[in-house]
Amino acid sequence: MSNQTNPATTGISVHTGHVVPLNQANVDTDQIIPKQFLTSVTKSGYGKHLFHDWRYLDLHEQEPNPDFVLNKPEHQGASILLTRENFGCGSSREHAPWSLDDYGFKVVIATSFADIFYGNCINNSLLPVKLESTEIDALFEAVAQDPACQVIVDLPQQEVRFNDQVIAFDIAVHHKNNLIKGLDAIGQTLELDSKIKAFEEKQPAWKY
Amino acid sequence: MSTTLYDKIFQAHIVDEIGDDALLYIDRHLIHEVTSPQAFDGLVQKGRKVRRPDLTFATMDHSISTRSLAIDACGPANKLQLQTLADNCAANGIELFPVGHQKQGIVHVMGPELGLIKPGMTVVCGDSHTATHGAFGALAFGIGTSQVEHVFATQTLKQSKAKCMKVEVTGARPLGVTAKDIILAIIGKIGHAGATGCVIEYCGDTIEGLSMEERMTVCNMSIEAGAKAGLIAPDQKTFEYLEGREYAPKGADWDAAVAYWKTLKSDADANFDVVVELAAKDIAPQVTWGTNPGQVIGVNQPIPAPENFSDPIDRDSAVKALKYMDLKAGQKLSDLTVNHVFIGSCTNGRIEDMRAAAEIAKQGKVASHVTAIVVPGSVTVKAQAEAEQLDKVFLEAGFEWRLPGCSMCLGMNDDILGQGDRCASTSNRNFEGRQGRGARTHLVSPAMAAAAALAGHFADTRDFVGND
Repeated sequence: MSNQTNPATTGISVHTGHVVPLNQANVDTDQIIPKQFLTSVTKSGYGKHLFHDWRYLDLHEQEPNPDFVLNKPEHQGASILLTRENFGCGSSREHAPWSLDDYGFKVVIATSFADIFYGNCINNSLLPVKLESTEIDALFEAVAQDPACQVIVDLPQQEVRFNDQVIAFDIAVHHKNNLIKGLDAIGQTLELDSKIKAFEEKQPAWKY
Repeated sequence: MSTTLYDKIFQAHIVDEIGDDALLYIDRHLIHEVTSPQAFDGLVQKGRKVRRPDLTFATMDHSISTRSLAIDACGPANKLQLQTLADNCAANGIELFPVGHQKQGIVHVMGPELGLIKPGMTVVCGDSHTATHGAFGALAFGIGTSQVEHVFATQTLKQSKAKCMKVEVTGARPLGVTAKDIILAIIGKIGHAGATGCVIEYCGDTIEGLSMEERMTVCNMSIEAGAKAGLIAPDQKTFEYLEGREYAPKGADWDAAVAYWKTLKSDADANFDVVVELAAKDIAPQVTWGTNPGQVIGVNQPIPAPENFSDPIDRDSAVKALKYMDLKAGQKLSDLTVNHVFIGSCTNGRIEDMRAAAEIAKQGKVASHVTAIVVPGSVTVKAQAEAEQLDKVFLEAGFEWRLPGCSMCLGMNDDILGQGDRCASTSNRNFEGRQGRGARTHLVSPAMAAAAALAGHFADTRDFVGND
């Protein structure tokens, strides 16, 4: 179990890994981690249930679905998930990034992400990388040609590199800094306590 | 400079500017058993406390039974989750409405009915349907558990400014067309991710004409179009809804509050990043055919053919959805047999929804092959419905009348569907497996759900309107 709510020790810098190509759009958090696994009160142990309905043919997770990309022999041990637009839509459940992280993913590359999911990734040191759809196509093609294709995701340089290609990506400065330094976001905000107090003192009595 | 309602609320809550982002003060934090335990745990690990327990309210809703008030009715895992919430609230001085409490209910039903949500507030909850509270002109959005912990510890959240989308619905609503049909039609038009990165402000005379409960239904599903939040400017109807509610201001405070609330609207010449327009006359009762809420049609339209989608991603999604839903292009919804009906959820579990469904239910009996359950959104809704004898209408027609909770919207309790079951549901998500592995969900309004229960297949509610 590698994640913490506010990672204070481990940052992300340059990650090199293999890719699982999940070639579909609008993957919702109900698919990433179905509701029956949300009754836990801890953050650990969700990885084995990741993509449960697609990954297993039975309810008890005894029969892996050989057609699902996560189960393909050539994609075992991969740490980068490649997908399409609107990844992580739907329910706000942070169990989704917890399960991706627990499975071993460090980076998710997609055309776009749902807002809440994107923030949840940042808060769990799971790097969400947004690329253009033509760039995503090129990466799918590279992995189809060679599933062992090495992909380098360089956060400081904001680049994805594979074969001879270099693709730049955007990320907000504060997200980048927090990911690289592994900063405790709550600790940072608590340093602004006097400003929070000042705000509270200005509020009218009827407000709440 | 002219500003939007979203700009005004955002600006009024800035504690500090951080580059292009802001640290926003959070006025109301609603919590429940599913997304809070790990956040409380994080506080303990760091030796931190809940900064403003007085602005934080808790309810039990997702993991509870609709047949029993016992917290172990749905097994030991659910019991532990519910007990953990109770323990955490007690340890931190947070008011909790547990199962059986007269104020208990689905978090987005309970909050407004107690008057906890007021215009101009910032409201967050570890649940994506927090957008519901935008019906009051509050900036309300769902957050993850790390952010729940951040709000516990600091009563603030770091936020980037979203884009602002104006969705304008105009004209008279045809008879039998509900708020649920309006929001489904909007999502159908702009797409499942059409408002990603945006806050939607709903306006136009059709929206102004909606009741507060109808406005909540519309704002509730903003997230289903990818939006961060939905907003409707507060007006006289908003003030009338709030006046006299338990947590609403009283006396001179009320007057001061209303004076402020009246300033909360977009300037006439405010600039929106995106503008979408719909004519209410073009909206028919809606039914989803696919596996996301944007895959929706009018009840009399044929199920679309994938080749008719110009976007290749939409085409692929349609192929996959038709396969999962076991449907064929061109099929009519009235030919589609349903064997389950669910009336409830944070989208449609309010008293007006109960009344709309009962209007149809009293016209017949639930078809023999259909299991139909009605789950009020809160204890208050249940009591009101029973005072109006709606429970009797449902029971006489063959519906089950249950205890309040999230229930079959997501089935974290034992209200789940089996492989291949087909459900007409008033909830908000038709994702694969949402109501049970291999189960097929069609999103509809309460009236449409009740009509499907009686007919045993989808039916046009306009055929029932005005009947006795």
